[in-house]
Amino acid sequence: MIEAVWGNRWMMLASVLLALLLAVYPLPGVGPWMRPEFVVLLAIYWVMVLPQAAGPGLIWLVGLFQDVVEGAVLGQHAFALVVIAYICQLSYQRLRNYALWQQAGLVFVLVGIHQLLGNWVYSLSGGTSKSLLFLLPAFTSALCWPLLVVGMNRLRFHYRLL
Amino acid sequence: MKPLFTKGPSMASRVVGLGFVALLLILLNTYTDYLTPLRSKLGVVATPFYWLADLPNRVVLWSQDAFVSRNDLQAENAALKEELLIHKRKLQTMAALAAENVRLRQLLNSAEMIQDRVLVAELIGVSPDPLSHIVIVNRGREDGVYVGQPLLDASGLMGQVVEVSAYTSRVMLITDASHALPVQVNRNGVRAVAEGTGDLYSLNLRHVSATVDIRQGDLLVSSGLGQRFPVGYPVAEVVSVIHDPGKPFVTVVARPRAHMNRSRHVLLVFSESGPLAPAAPAETGVAKQP
Repeated sequence: MIEAVWGNRWMMLASVLLALLLAVYPLPGVGPWMRPEFVVLLAIYWVMVLPQAAGPGLIWLVGLFQDVVEGAVLGQHAFALVVIAYICQLSYQRLRNYALWQQAGLVFVLVGIHQLLGNWVYSLSGGTSKSLLFLLPAFTSALCWPLLVVGMNRLRFHYRLL
Repeated sequence: MKPLFTKGPSMASRVVGLGFVALLLILLNTYTDYLTPLRSKLGVVATPFYWLADLPNRVVLWSQDAFVSRNDLQAENAALKEELLIHKRKLQTMAALAAENVRLRQLLNSAEMIQDRVLVAELIGVSPDPLSHIVIVNRGREDGVYVGQPLLDASGLMGQVVEVSAYTSRVMLITDASHALPVQVNRNGVRAVAEGTGDLYSLNLRHVSATVDIRQGDLLVSSGLGQRFPVGYPVAEVVSVIHDPGKPFVTVVARPRAHMNRSRHVLLVFSESGPLAPAAPAETGVAKQP
């Protein structure tokens, strides 16, 4: 039991580090416009499967780390992630019972909220986004959600953490 | 009834507290620069991520170097030698021209042109935010890089350093929508301000009146006004000048000379006004008043 707890913690750390790497991996052309928000997806996943372990404080720290790594405004991702983590904490029981595509629908909305908050921070410093393209990652993230859940579950099953 | 098994503050109050701290950070970061030293210290933790993300790229470059045929190498070597010869010939006349320039400037009582020192850097990452044109180069505070330092590639001015951490720094390109720099037309010295548009292939000239002599094909060079960029580096080439009678100014679009999204090897310029080599204002200073 103790081993499972630590195993899950290691898994959390490894998955978040990998997500941060993917978050800064350079993409050509229109790639950056539709990069899935893997950090948000993982936050939702870990709150869904282990709501006690993935508390808001931990997720806030992950968000701050993402800000530092991406060179974004400090607190931008921390704020958005903590809002999303809270919504997930309130609804994780419902989320667990949904089918994968229904979960993907909710993920679409949550990543959309994340993008809207990011855009609000961007507008604070005087920028204006000319189109709604900044919402595109919500769509790609929702598409990635089933893959992520199936992959992570299989991985955790393999290491007997499920 | 009080819940039995909770410890510490409730979920909602924790979320509100954390959200409040995050908001405070956002506001401090946006409206003040108290957090700049903290950011530049924390920037070190980002370095390994960019290093790792750049790894596949470096492997490809390495394999291109390692698995190249002897014939290709010989051909490349010959081409490089030829190129070097051409550049050397240009430099021969440069020495005489530079000396002449110094003499003429002395006649005019104006400040001498100073040779800029450069540092070769390599581009190791791109900011993931599609709305900002910021790149990461592999030189930082340890190499003497400072905020505001200009960055060049082989064909023109690329941008300026906006944030320095220990081993890397972030450079804002001149095409970023929040960037503008003073330029002049190389042909006649007409001055203007070139601002980025958020498009990698175009700059706009601000407030150019309809009577100004500026044509398609004109080369824009940095004018050195504003004390940020050194004088005389090529910035962009004018691609279109549109006179619209309904508008107060002419719309001038220029294409940057630097290869914004292709150059990997770049140069950081230590200009005279940088903090490393503070200029003595009294000696190199401005022209004497008649």
